[in-house]
Amino acid sequence: MSPREILALRDYLGAELKGRTLSDAHHLASLTDVLSQTVLGGRLGELSGRSVLLKLSDQLKSGLAMIEIDGIARRMLLCPPDLNPAYLDALIADAEIDAVVTDEPEFWKDSAIPLVVIAQLQLTPAAPAKTECATEWLMLTSGTSGVPKIAAHTLEALTGAIRAEAPARGPAPVWATFYDIRRYGGLQIFLRGILSGGSMVLSDAHEVLADHVARLNARGVSHISGTPSRWRKLLMSGSVAQFAPRYVRLSGEIADQAVLDGLKAAFPGSSIGHAYASTEAGVGFAVNDGLEGFPADYIGVNPNGVEMKIVDGSLRIRSKRTAHAYIGRNAGKLAEDDGFVDTGDMIELRGDRYHFVGRRGGIINIGGLKVHPEEIEAVINRHPDVRMSRAKSRKSPITGGIVVADVILADGTDPARAKEIREQILDQCRAQLASHKVPAVIRIVETLDVTPAGKLARTDA
Amino acid sequence: MSVRLKVTEAIKQIAREQHVTLPELTDDLSLHETGFDSLAFAILVARLEDEIGVDPFTISEDAAFPATVGDFVRAYENVPA
Repeated sequence: MSPREILALRDYLGAELKGRTLSDAHHLASLTDVLSQTVLGGRLGELSGRSVLLKLSDQLKSGLAMIEIDGIARRMLLCPPDLNPAYLDALIADAEIDAVVTDEPEFWKDSAIPLVVIAQLQLTPAAPAKTECATEWLMLTSGTSGVPKIAAHTLEALTGAIRAEAPARGPAPVWATFYDIRRYGGLQIFLRGILSGGSMVLSDAHEVLADHVARLNARGVSHISGTPSRWRKLLMSGSVAQFAPRYVRLSGEIADQAVLDGLKAAFPGSSIGHAYASTEAGVGFAVNDGLEGFPADYIGVNPNGVEMKIVDGSLRIRSKRTAHAYIGRNAGKLAEDDGFVDTGDMIELRGDRYHFVGRRGGIINIGGLKVHPEEIEAVINRHPDVRMSRAKSRKSPITGGIVVADVILADGTDPARAKEIREQILDQCRAQLASHKVPAVIRIVETLDVTPAGKLARTDA
Repeated sequence: MSVRLKVTEAIKQIAREQHVTLPELTDDLSLHETGFDSLAFAILVARLEDEIGVDPFTISEDAAFPATVGDFVRAYENVPA
């Protein structure tokens, strides 16, 4: 065991549980034997005490490198695949990076970073390493523009929600996620895969959905997580018929009743839950009753140690699972003085449940009135022929701005019914929304863009 | 369909949606008397932009917003296609 009972990822792995794997679309690595192998060419010792930039072209090498490096390096900065290279220098300076783990050594040939370690999938035997320290995990926030912020976590904080749950009954789960494991939501699932004693199937950004689902089936995936936008795309794809996971999880965006009901209908035998988490605030809670929003009594102190309150309409969270700081020269404060993290997610009490209404920064201005596009989308999505929608503002010479909505109809909807459906949606919106929130124009579209993080693209909102 | 017909059809459609009882749409009816509020006009202008392809009130900065239904229709008729 490690000094002062510091647990690193390796301490959750061992050769006792047979047949554990970590796989992507092309390769399969053994988690059972992972501690006696190296993805770093046996150079792990050189990373001891360093601040390591993990900049790899795929998730499989990244996951294997995380397992090796955790508990050895001082810091480990995870780079998601869509990171703008123009921001690298600023991030390297802010995180005091003095080593890089890469599979593109050419790129780093002339860099000022003193140590470059190459990762490669031809694993070689290595003596199991001993945990030396609690590595600081640095993750990039998924902000919309500018250099992303660096949020610092400990493995203890990252795994707080996982360790608080009772182990799943039955066979060890095979986890999968549509997320990339180098972002908070995906990392949570990777860590679940490791701590649960099971296996994990990674996503691949270049794989078509039908092939991905076939691979999930072939690997026996039992637990799977993704954003509501990803789930809507899956429900639209017609690929779900053969797939029967035990547990379906949504997070990263608002899970509205329509997507929860759609998943329940598609996966009648599955447990379906939605979770609230963010890179900064950590995992807040999970909701497993099949309803949108969350029970009002979650506000306050929860038995699991998560405290929640509402200030100025936004959800604030204090717990041992939050990130502990932003890192860098101009880093602002991550938490308020009282330790609460402002999530920026706006919530509203309706009856005995709180509902998410949108992001504070995502408000659109309609003739001087503030509107959350998500609130309008939730109403549109309740129409049985709608699979997905996006509300946004459009300039108006009369009122300054009006709401318009793009809508994707469910599979097999007769295009001749578009006019009728459009009018039904408008009726529904008029019945449930203030008049300035009712879309002026509804366009039926074939696709809506989803960001690399799996969220509905709102760049022009 | 003529521009005039497109405009009047859109006005009637929005009136139905907004539960506005329209008087007869004559050319000298003032827009104020249609019972439309500014939101209803904003919806009308946005829909006509999608249908006809122009928004005459944004194209020309100094264009005064029309006073009557006739002026409103002519604003669309007079835009070069």
